[in-house]
Amino acid sequence: MAERAIPTPTPESQHYWDGTKQGELRIQACNTCEQNYFPPRPFCPKCGSRDVKVVKASGKGKLYSYIINHLPSPGFTPPFTVAIVELEEGVRLMTNLLEVEPDPAKLELDMPLEVTFEKLTDDISLPQFKPAK
Amino acid sequence: MKRNSVAIVGAAETTDLGKIPNLSQIGLHADAALNALAECGLTIKDIDGVATAGHDVTEVVHYLGITPKWVDNTSVGGCSFMLHVRHAAAAINSGLCETVLITHGESGRNRIGQLNRAIFPSLFQTQFEQPYGVTFPPTRFTIPVMRYMKEYGLTEEQLASVAVVQREWAAKQSRASFRDPITVDDVLSSKMICYPFRLLMCCLVTDGGGALIMTSAERAKDFPTKPVYVRGTGESAETPLISQMEDFTSSRAFRVSGKSAFEEAGISHSDVDHLMIYDAFAHLPIYGLEDLGFVKPGEGGAFIADGNTRPGGQLPLNTNGGGLSYMHSGMYGMYALQEGMRQMRGVSDAQVEGAEISVVHGVGSMFGAAGTIVLTNNPG
Repeated sequence: MAERAIPTPTPESQHYWDGTKQGELRIQACNTCEQNYFPPRPFCPKCGSRDVKVVKASGKGKLYSYIINHLPSPGFTPPFTVAIVELEEGVRLMTNLLEVEPDPAKLELDMPLEVTFEKLTDDISLPQFKPAK
Repeated sequence: MKRNSVAIVGAAETTDLGKIPNLSQIGLHADAALNALAECGLTIKDIDGVATAGHDVTEVVHYLGITPKWVDNTSVGGCSFMLHVRHAAAAINSGLCETVLITHGESGRNRIGQLNRAIFPSLFQTQFEQPYGVTFPPTRFTIPVMRYMKEYGLTEEQLASVAVVQREWAAKQSRASFRDPITVDDVLSSKMICYPFRLLMCCLVTDGGGALIMTSAERAKDFPTKPVYVRGTGESAETPLISQMEDFTSSRAFRVSGKSAFEEAGISHSDVDHLMIYDAFAHLPIYGLEDLGFVKPGEGGAFIADGNTRPGGQLPLNTNGGGLSYMHSGMYGMYALQEGMRQMRGVSDAQVEGAEISVVHGVGSMFGAAGTIVLTNNPG
């Protein structure tokens, strides 16, 4: 099979991937309507304002939903968990769940999660989540 | 659109369905198109508008030998054909063209001449979802369901019952891929695909195609086929990212599209005799019943498990057996429309006696887009 998909940053998302490389999870916030948002773009998707900033997220969140993928996937050994984490800041991200077995008995919705970073290449580190200590 | 101002006068599927090793993707488009033209007494020269999805419309135009005045290549996944019906109705009403052909063909199983669809690549998806190992639709479309199950107490048994009930309908359908009865236990013991989804909760992968021919209600009176009128239409889109759905228990695109179609049609839910909800996976009829307003949020699973949508139930749903049992080439919306057409013509293998209004609801690119068409055989 093909190799694992590696993200290609765009000018609009470069800050996000620069952040993950430094061990920082960055989201964005609107200075006009004060909403946090993700994925990256240089304007607020809630109100359209271009007056936005990049902010460092706490890296803490909860398990919002998940599947346990039994299908083959390049770079993965099934079964593995694909989850959605809802950050304390209110935005949701896709993630895998590391340091916990892909077993429904071990995966309780709303369980606390914390960010970690998986180095894929010299340029790209991928945010991942694991059960909070 | 103006209620009942446009009619569907031709509707046909490919000559064969399921495994079709002797036709490529474009060949499936053409086979369905020629079948639809033949049944309503038209030739390719009568067509002046063409719409298709998942294939370049210019190739369909050239392959069939059409000189169009209007084309639509809207490709938002499996519900694209519902959007085509809506767009064609507007085009016909505004005089852009007179007679529209909508085609679908997909060699989903044999993959002959299958082209990469223009619907799935998303810049955000390649950065923020694909690196986590999501690939085929079963790995993405299913992701919101655990949250729904927690919020509303939907059980795996109820989810399995969707497949069981639809197999009851498929048993009546001579062209359905799978017709043998199944039980909830059968579904729950089938191969795990993406927990909590097992094989029998996932759609088929088959070859086939379908075509529709539309014209004004005025001209439709002169056709040999019994016209089916487009009474209401809706469409919407939300996001190509399953992770960014506003609400994991409800589709915004479903709600917007459904509301528009019901308002245009001027109908209430009790007026609906027959319903099709695109079921790529077992949770979709549940979301659909709720987001279209047939039941309250959280009630869809029990509504189906209790038998309300089965043969003899109060709301016949997915009477061809759906994507779970009838066929699913990849973009199933065309087949949902075909069964809506058969019901309105009174010729379905699982005919709902006396049915006058059929609602056909499609989903596309996971929960990315939606389209809803209200069909009727009684323009009043």
